[in-house]
Amino acid sequence: MEVPILKQGAVLIATFQAALSDADLNHLRMGLVQQVVKFRSRAVIVDVTAMDVMDSFASRTLREIAHMIRLRGAETVIVGIQPEVAFAMVQLGLTLEGVATALDLEEGLAYLTQKFKNTD
Amino acid sequence: MRAGEIRVAINSDQDIVTARQKGRALAIELGFSTGDATLVATAISELARNIVSYARKGQIALKTVHASNRQGISIVASDSGPGIRDIHQAMRDGFSTSGSLGLGLPGVRRLMDEFEIVSEPGGGTIVTVKKWKQ
Repeated sequence: MEVPILKQGAVLIATFQAALSDADLNHLRMGLVQQVVKFRSRAVIVDVTAMDVMDSFASRTLREIAHMIRLRGAETVIVGIQPEVAFAMVQLGLTLEGVATALDLEEGLAYLTQKFKNTD
Repeated sequence: MRAGEIRVAINSDQDIVTARQKGRALAIELGFSTGDATLVATAISELARNIVSYARKGQIALKTVHASNRQGISIVASDSGPGIRDIHQAMRDGFSTSGSLGLGLPGVRRLMDEFEIVSEPGGGTIVTVKKWKQ
């Protein structure tokens, strides 16, 4: 399953679907980093609103994506973690330490706008 | 195959997705809250991933269980892989032999109400977990 990646100015927006396999996540990790390079993006928003399960592999992949993108000098914001998914992650002992999160796409964009303003 | 039992063969990462979707569907069908259905689906995802990572193939069996006046879901993850040499160690947070996060089994135990593991080196692994409807 392909994850659609939208380009919105200097920001890339990747929207996760519910049924992503490990292979899809690996594919996305490479795809996102390549596009950040290609478009000289300053930030990536990963929208996980539709994800019904965030297990150890998915959260590790998200952390890796964020760290790789940071090495490129860009920001990553994870948006839309559902309350029940957040609950399950905490029970499982999963964290997204060092990765910015926001309520939804709108909040994620607002966070980045503020951040860019401060650094410009 | 016993009545009402759903079996999902686990051979690849795609089967992990299939197994957790079936588990969620069963939980919702039984009237579990979406929160508890998510816990069930997440536990299945971790158990199925253990099978793929350590044993390559195995099976997840899902069924409805009844006790005095409650209903629940039982999930049995079985494989005939290498087995676990030290179960106590495997049940400690942070332990992993496959370079993964090592949160699998203790995490699954926290997600579920009941947890049982039978394993011996060379003899495969069977993990049985249950979640009761609140």
